[in-house]
Amino acid sequence: MSIGQIIFILVIVVAFSIAIRNFSKIRRNILLGKDEEISGNEGKRWKNVLLIAFGQKKMIKRWIPAVLHLSIYVAFLFTQIELIEIMIDGFFGVHRFFAPYLGGLYTLIISSIEILSFAALVATFIFLARRNLLKIPRFIMPEMGGWPKLDGNLILLGEIALVTGIFMMNGADVVLQKMDPQHYPATGFLPISSVLGPMLFDGLDINIVKAIERIGWWLHLIVVLGFLNYLPISKHLHIFLAFPNVWYSKLTSRGEIENMPEIMNEVKSMMGLIPEQEVDMEAELPEFGAKDIFDLSWKNIMDAYSCTECGRCSAVCPANLTGKKLSPRKILMDIRDRATEVGRNLDTGGLKFVSEEGRAKNEQLTAKNYDDGKNLFDYITREELHACTTCNACVEACPVTINPLEPILKMRRYEVLTESAGPSDWLPMFTSIENSGSVWQVPEDRDKWAKDLLEENQ
Amino acid sequence: MKINTMAEYQSEGKKPEVLFWVGCAGSFDARAQKVTKAFVKILNAAGIDFAILGNEESCTGDPARRAGNEFVFQMTALQNIEVLNMYEVKDIVTACPHCFNTLKNEYPALGGNYNVIHHTSYLNSLLKDGRLTIEGGAFKGKKVTYHDSCYLGRVNGIYEAPRELIAALDAELVEMKRCKTNGLCCGAGGAQMFKEDEPGDKRINIERAEEIISTGAKVVAANCPFCITMLSDGMKAKDKQEDIMVHDLSELIVQAKNL
Repeated sequence: MSIGQIIFILVIVVAFSIAIRNFSKIRRNILLGKDEEISGNEGKRWKNVLLIAFGQKKMIKRWIPAVLHLSIYVAFLFTQIELIEIMIDGFFGVHRFFAPYLGGLYTLIISSIEILSFAALVATFIFLARRNLLKIPRFIMPEMGGWPKLDGNLILLGEIALVTGIFMMNGADVVLQKMDPQHYPATGFLPISSVLGPMLFDGLDINIVKAIERIGWWLHLIVVLGFLNYLPISKHLHIFLAFPNVWYSKLTSRGEIENMPEIMNEVKSMMGLIPEQEVDMEAELPEFGAKDIFDLSWKNIMDAYSCTECGRCSAVCPANLTGKKLSPRKILMDIRDRATEVGRNLDTGGLKFVSEEGRAKNEQLTAKNYDDGKNLFDYITREELHACTTCNACVEACPVTINPLEPILKMRRYEVLTESAGPSDWLPMFTSIENSGSVWQVPEDRDKWAKDLLEENQ
Repeated sequence: MKINTMAEYQSEGKKPEVLFWVGCAGSFDARAQKVTKAFVKILNAAGIDFAILGNEESCTGDPARRAGNEFVFQMTALQNIEVLNMYEVKDIVTACPHCFNTLKNEYPALGGNYNVIHHTSYLNSLLKDGRLTIEGGAFKGKKVTYHDSCYLGRVNGIYEAPRELIAALDAELVEMKRCKTNGLCCGAGGAQMFKEDEPGDKRINIERAEEIISTGAKVVAANCPFCITMLSDGMKAKDKQEDIMVHDLSELIVQAKNL
């Protein structure tokens, strides 16, 4: 076994171990949300995954970024073939393992990757310009300062490094195929490297060209592994989560807000429709709605981790468009950041995060007794929640079927049902519905219009 | 003209073809009452055997639920379901997309299962069945724009039925840039109708009014009493209330048929 193979295996083992650890933390953070059974209708779910996640159907609404994104995405998919070869070569200490077996097909695959990588490179530069020079409105909203801005740019710089690696490796290889055909099997004519390689590297010492080839190869590999480990702290996580997120997305009508059976049954028993419910006087007063991530469903938190901060939701939000503070994207980012904060604190095992009650019982820190004195309302203000018109424009806009409306409504429920708070303007509407069955307190009969109409027609 | 209640039908041992769910706005709001009357005139002209619930109808609970008040929602919804089930109601038509959505999509989970149709779809089906005829003369060549309400359009995916009615009126439909799945909210949904706006640069209905004005249309066709209020207010704020009329589709049909 060569030293190269040993280093390769070490790097892979370390990179994958750290990645697995961090991905399982994301999974744990998602599962901090409430259980919610989401299943059934597999046919429809497969169709959604194929069309919306794999086929990017919902991206088309904004066709310029759709085409640019598609070129990076397709390049990413195709490059996986090259990545498999890199893995095989690295493990077994061979070079371009597939080349002799696939022949012309190999040339076709590598050529496709080259063309797609070039398109992806162009798209990457345009994306950088859109974010930093053109200042597309949805990329410069208040929530996009600091880390989100840097994150977006780092991903794009990473893409550039990936493509650079490929062209260094292939370009040098083309030159080496002529210098040392025994060790460098022919790849056939490659549309970019067969031109660029000889242009840049012809005439250089063979050892330098070999070094360039190795640097390209390692650069590509290291950036791929870097990406793998970067995903858990980045919006780029959508490249994985988009698929399960679309799979688990709601299939029932958008118009149906999740029913609350506990309240329905209480009202039914009040109305005498079902036998009176046993009330446990010892039990704590129930809390309704969502105060923190623990009260959201796991799917709401998965939504948050699937968000790639594209801002299509906020760009069509009527409240946001007219200068209100509400930005659906920020709601998702806040849920994600809060889940990450709770997860990080849980990892410390610090007893200061155990609730008072738990401390009294000498409990170890768990998600059940967690209390850091904060909650989602420290991230999301009431002003934001109150501005939502439930128009579903954000739901329609999201390319990975995130539903920003659900957490907003769950937090409104907490405010109104548990805290008896919320906009005071709503109180007359609530009491009027309760007392007179109408949204407005009106002294007239509900069918006065009918009597008027009959009179008008006499 | 006859407008009977379900109670009256029951006392005669008869059942209407369809229940017309009027809704709070349609019952009490002066502007929306005109839409209610227009729709009833059309039902009457088409010879539809319909009933209303009268005082037995309550708010569907849509704004309460969207404001987060599930208690109030459940109370009013379960009461309505009791009434509807008592009369064994099967088919409901309503001129309010919020009532339509709640009756259709939210009542089943509470034990209320009905065949619910929005009045624009209903009128379109009457037209197709030949029970309703529209003479286009009044609107021939006139520019009309159409405002998709969120709860009929994006939420329930009904975009074509109202547009087919506009086509039947012989009007020239001028679409706004934000239409169909991209339609812009009027600003009333999610119980916003019942509260002041949060601080911002402008009201949502003004943003929409500006878009309507830019189409050059003299008539805005709508399908929701709350949209009509918001858009009319928008026109007033832009001092265009004399130039651009905001109407429900049923009112346009009444004008065309001179009912």
